[in-house]
Amino acid sequence: MSTTTEQLSATTLLRFATAGSVDDGKSTLVGRLLHDSKSVLADQLEAVEHASRSRGQEAPDLALLTDGLRAEREQGITIDVAYRYFATPRRRFILADTPGHVQYTRNMVTGASTAELTVILVDARNGVVEQTRRHAAIAALLRVPHVVLAVNKMDLVGYEEGVFAKIAEEFTAYATELGVPEVTAIPISALAGDNVVEPSANMDWYGGPTVLEHLETVPASHDLTACHARLPVQYVIRPQTAEHPDYRGYAGQIAAGTFRVGEEVTVLPSGRTSRISGIDLLGEPVDIAWTPQSVTVLLEDDIDISRGDLIVPSKDAPPTTQDVEATVCHVADTPLTVGQRVLLKHTTRTVKAIVKEIPSRLTLDDLSQHPEPGRLVANDIGIVKVRTAEPLALDSYADSRRTGSFLLIDPADGTTLAAGMAGDSFATAAKAPAGAGATADDDGWDF
Amino acid sequence: MTTTVDTTHEDTDSPFALSHLDALESEAVHIFREVAGEFERPVILFSGGKDSIVMLHLALKAFAPAAIPFSLLHVDTGHNFPEVIEYRDRTVAQHGLRLHVASVQDYIDRGVLKERPDGTRNPLQTVPLTEAIQQHRFDAVFGGGRRDEEKARAKERVFSLRDEFSQWDPRRQRPELWQLYNGRHAPGEHVRVFPLSNWTELDVWQYIAREGIELPEIYFAHEREVFSRNGMWLTAGEWGGPKEHEPVVRRLIRYRTVGDMSCTGAVDSDATTLDAVIAEIAASRLTERGATRADDKLSEAAMEDRKREGYF
Repeated sequence: MSTTTEQLSATTLLRFATAGSVDDGKSTLVGRLLHDSKSVLADQLEAVEHASRSRGQEAPDLALLTDGLRAEREQGITIDVAYRYFATPRRRFILADTPGHVQYTRNMVTGASTAELTVILVDARNGVVEQTRRHAAIAALLRVPHVVLAVNKMDLVGYEEGVFAKIAEEFTAYATELGVPEVTAIPISALAGDNVVEPSANMDWYGGPTVLEHLETVPASHDLTACHARLPVQYVIRPQTAEHPDYRGYAGQIAAGTFRVGEEVTVLPSGRTSRISGIDLLGEPVDIAWTPQSVTVLLEDDIDISRGDLIVPSKDAPPTTQDVEATVCHVADTPLTVGQRVLLKHTTRTVKAIVKEIPSRLTLDDLSQHPEPGRLVANDIGIVKVRTAEPLALDSYADSRRTGSFLLIDPADGTTLAAGMAGDSFATAAKAPAGAGATADDDGWDF
Repeated sequence: MTTTVDTTHEDTDSPFALSHLDALESEAVHIFREVAGEFERPVILFSGGKDSIVMLHLALKAFAPAAIPFSLLHVDTGHNFPEVIEYRDRTVAQHGLRLHVASVQDYIDRGVLKERPDGTRNPLQTVPLTEAIQQHRFDAVFGGGRRDEEKARAKERVFSLRDEFSQWDPRRQRPELWQLYNGRHAPGEHVRVFPLSNWTELDVWQYIAREGIELPEIYFAHEREVFSRNGMWLTAGEWGGPKEHEPVVRRLIRYRTVGDMSCTGAVDSDATTLDAVIAEIAASRLTERGATRADDKLSEAAMEDRKREGYF
């Protein structure tokens, strides 16, 4: 009996997201993954069957499993990100099921921000379309480490290898150009169940994994030792009890890399240095800790550290800056404008900031730059330059999704305005090689 | 294909890989500490049920060796399992915590709330809860809600902003990006915080087993006098059961959830140990709520409607 418990807890966790247009069969794929991995329980299926019948549908509509809101069921569309949980003996999964419609770009960004993998669906009959390119661009922008291209509805193209190969090749070339590090293309039929959980008998020519096999075996965590170690201080733990009169610990979740007892560290933005005298992993002392562990670090010297500070190895400290250039996705209904005063939340630090410039807006359809748009509206992706009231130790998003990301917040009502990614991305890179290309880019804009 | 298999071995053998329970624990602790760092008056909803017990355990670990910097709030329906109230009071005393109790019975006695014809008090908790939040000026309220419980809960944010009436508007939720939780709120508003959002029922039980957390006895199989209503085994009690045509029988049962006695059903079970409970849940073909909660069966959007009004 106890072996059952141990086996079940030894599994790793993979967070992934799905993206696809309304008619690409995304809900069917999600429904099939849940259903065929036996993650849909009898009462849930019964509820779906009941609801489908009362709507006059003959077969159970598996989309009803994920559309949890009244308005979603009424309209038959997914409005908001839904999180689904399922497990196989090899791994636990958290699935961010995100809406595919272009007006919900912000939801796709939300789902992709924590995902280690994105499944992008295309209809085998249509191949790579505009929407596919948008999904690939968002995966690249958010630096999702693994991208799966699921070429769906293979049953409707006679399970032809040539159709799949052409789409896979076109997509991989496009994604690689955007900087996506790894693409796995899988020919499937979500409706018939080909290559989703079970290997397909209809596509002998395909030797790769099914969607579920790939999800089970893809690396869930990345080369952590290569990352710059970063610990944002969340909270200072000071018991001030008879038992612990002098305990002063800096609590936080390690954002990247590893920390060891004895290591020389620098605290930013003050620049003071000390040495790690102890690491507590939720009450237990350890010699080494790594991302994403939540720890409490003790230092040799009694220096002034508070929430919002960043502890880093002295030999690998990032520069601090008050001028941030980043790609942002605007997620609020009210626009973001040049001159606007905002709050910037980076790790555990929130500072005042002002939007100095919006040099360009990206058109996801063709990845072209729209110069000086003046403002960004909901679902826009653009470059912004922000000046902060205090220095920030900001990494490039390319180096660390956790310490290179930030939020812009409306100080008046607390609304989250934009999701920011510091440093270069394909969105900024496009204008760099052109040099004088800013003017060339102006051509053909529907201003 | 071969390369995929090779990377798996690398992944599994990596000394830096966290098990899914370690990853979930670390995430929940991060959430507790964010709230401690950003809010003035947080409170943990504590019912003596397994999810709130796990929350308390995580909070103890998050701030060790210091005390938990929050107080507790129990919304008492008046229809409690005695074993659970005993557990609640013992736990509060053991950790030197401060417990606030908002009592549904008080509201009924004062004539502010009316008993429902079906005797169910679960939906009546909303008013005492929201008034307690206003009265104590709590600005962050930890709940043990999990997204796997129900499809409206699957849409809930980890940090869920509520207005001065505690209302949830699913169409106006803040996008939640990376691990950057936005807890800003106006005076009178508060944030509901769900550290167990990404946990499943099985995760909760595995964590309880791993950490050796004590639970109220009703979670384990025991003989009990019950009667059948709406296809569920309910415990007989002062709250209005059984009716004349509902014969009382003695059965070997256990509870998967702990709530108001009037609408929380027991399941037939011979699982007397944690391992047996885990094996039973892993094999179950019913969800936790589907098996045990009468109030969620009222309509397709029962949970969404209650949440909109301020339910947790």
